[in-house]
Amino acid sequence: MNDKPEKLIDKKGLRLDGRKADELRPVKLEVGVIPNADGSAYIEHGKNKILAAVYGPREVHPKHLALQDRTVMRCRYHMAPFSVQERKSPAPSRREIEVSKVIRESLEPAVFMEYYPRTMVNVFVEVLQADGGTRCASITAAALALADSGIPMKDLVVACAAGKVEDTVVLDLMDTEDKLGAADVPVALMPNLNAVTLLQMDGTLTHEEFEKAVNMAIEGCKQIYVMQKEALKKKYMNVSEGIKEEAEE
Amino acid sequence: MASIVTRVKKKQISELMDKKKRMDDRDLTDYREMKIEQGIIERAEGSARVLLGKTEVVVGIKIEMGEPFPDTPNDGVLTVNAELTPIASPKFEAGPPDEMSIELARIVDRGIRESKTINTEKLVIEPGKKVFVVFVDIYVLNHDGNLIDAAAFAAMSALLNTKMANYEIKDGEVQIKPGYEQLPIRKHPITITIAKIGDKLVVDPSLEEEEVMDARISMAIDDDENICAIQKGGSGYFEPDEIFEAAKIVKAKAKEIRKKMNW
Amino acid sequence: MPIFLEKRQLVTPGDLIAEGEYVAGENTFVEKSKIYAARVGIVEYENKRVDVVALKAFYVPRPGDIVIGTITEVGFNGWTVDINSPYIALLRASDVLSRPFKPQKDDLPQVLDAGDLVVAKIVSYDRTHDPQLTVAEPGLGKITRGQIIKITPTKIPRVIGKKGSMISMIKQETGCNIILGLNGVVLITGKTLEDEQLAMRALLKVEQESHTSGLTDRITQMLKEEKSNKEENKNE
Repeated sequence: MNDKPEKLIDKKGLRLDGRKADELRPVKLEVGVIPNADGSAYIEHGKNKILAAVYGPREVHPKHLALQDRTVMRCRYHMAPFSVQERKSPAPSRREIEVSKVIRESLEPAVFMEYYPRTMVNVFVEVLQADGGTRCASITAAALALADSGIPMKDLVVACAAGKVEDTVVLDLMDTEDKLGAADVPVALMPNLNAVTLLQMDGTLTHEEFEKAVNMAIEGCKQIYVMQKEALKKKYMNVSEGIKEEAEE
Repeated sequence: MASIVTRVKKKQISELMDKKKRMDDRDLTDYREMKIEQGIIERAEGSARVLLGKTEVVVGIKIEMGEPFPDTPNDGVLTVNAELTPIASPKFEAGPPDEMSIELARIVDRGIRESKTINTEKLVIEPGKKVFVVFVDIYVLNHDGNLIDAAAFAAMSALLNTKMANYEIKDGEVQIKPGYEQLPIRKHPITITIAKIGDKLVVDPSLEEEEVMDARISMAIDDDENICAIQKGGSGYFEPDEIFEAAKIVKAKAKEIRKKMNW
Repeated sequence: MPIFLEKRQLVTPGDLIAEGEYVAGENTFVEKSKIYAARVGIVEYENKRVDVVALKAFYVPRPGDIVIGTITEVGFNGWTVDINSPYIALLRASDVLSRPFKPQKDDLPQVLDAGDLVVAKIVSYDRTHDPQLTVAEPGLGKITRGQIIKITPTKIPRVIGKKGSMISMIKQETGCNIILGLNGVVLITGKTLEDEQLAMRALLKVEQESHTSGLTDRITQMLKEEKSNKEENKNE
């Protein structure tokens, strides 16, 4: 069903889906999609379809996990059985557990954790369809869900990956490029503070290639950041009136 | 202020019920607004998303090749699983399936299996050795009551949306050919859940109604108006008359819905 | 010294609002003498103070606040109360009984049971202790009827309006009594369910359009229209 493609980048420098080396896949974002959650967001990034929901801050259960001086954040990244080519068992895999941790560690720096001691914030991410770069798309959606929940934050967190395919450093790898390529470097960023909160790599890169990849990923992040802010504002914009001076009453 | 339905609200729901009305202005036998979208997960062989009021359920269908069960060597395999994702409600926790998600999966399974919805004989590749396995994965995304009906409608819609790869057997090996075939569907069971609140029977209970109900009963009806699955749930009880009354309501409702859906 | 954004602009966390000699107000934070937004909201300036009026936030208890809560558990010598906040509140038996609690004589569930609604006042709260409530004041205590809705706590001032103008108007037009818990929980008691639901719709509309102008007039109009529609439907 899936023949291995001969070349990942053709003679014109175009990739399998027609993109140039530094082109992002299309991104669609929506905030406030799960009525029961305190905050939520949905992202489509290329063929990735991911839902993020936040519950909290709330009292900590079980109580012994509470911290006296700050909030505890818990994060669960999980893939639906039908999200990948071969059906995946619903039980959490070792990969999902690791990804849950790195996602949490990419979001924690953005949240004012010390404001609400003895509370817990739960971040849930469900991947409904996967096509490479799910941890990055998850972070982008989860940050929006956190902002939507009303918890104070220093900045939004946005994520994007870059990597190497054949001999070219490219932005935003899709699944085939990730599986057959030479390296994958996911990066999460708090753009206003210029702070990188997630950085991983698998594969092999020279120092120059690595630098190029990270900078390319950061550029990709900044593009998605603009869309994140739009999505957040869109949810709160009033339908007809727009924003004007409040009249005396 | 999530879980507990306050005493004040319970009283209100009962008072309205006496006047044959519900909190959201529905009649006792009305469904909330339902929206169905098919094919939302391209990577799955079939999929559908149902919005029933604010309850949201997505079903993804995956088809793989596997071995038949030893006691049914000439039938494909159907397996249904449900996840009550923690996204859907503050009451759902991550972890292995609990009794609620297992019951949900088994009720939806029964509706599909007992009505012989899928023509499982047509799923055989090599009798006794290789068959198609149909995985139905129910994913609850927002819980606002009546997960059973929402999941059953989503599962049926997803099955109708499911395509299987074409194949041929060459030298004892299964070769995939280009092109697709629709999953062979014979029946279109409709599952309807009725809750008992005081002495009233209501269709499609909302989350609040579920928290005050005495019990619920779900029934699956096939195209020939046969009942093919029933499940009573909740720690209250039904009187026999109430059960027969519920069956009548389900029959009429199913007819109405079948017409609307064109099933 | 620069201000980077116009008044009443919508900001998201991390947006730079001002730099230099400004005072950081609500929902902002300072880094290297720059003031940033910490929540999604509308920028407001008053003299040298920069605030962000949050469009969504949750309630953090403050001593003296009137709140509406639900009893979740009957404990040994009191009750735990859900006040729509990350923190669970406590109500001591001795407070409700107005005298020391006698375990042999006093049956707590008879007084207040899980599922009951109360209007209470926050007596104390700090970072290391859960909030304590009291109902030992006039106007506080168990609620026996009415509709409860939840509004983002930051919008409660808007629901009150300048000198109470918005809330008085809604009460008048719907004939309902409305108690606004500062924790974002509102109790509406009217003569009929329809009146109560009308008031609910008005309050939710205020929440959604809180950052716009001419709101009081629009809400008044909406209420008058709905009431006359109801009259027409009755007369048909």
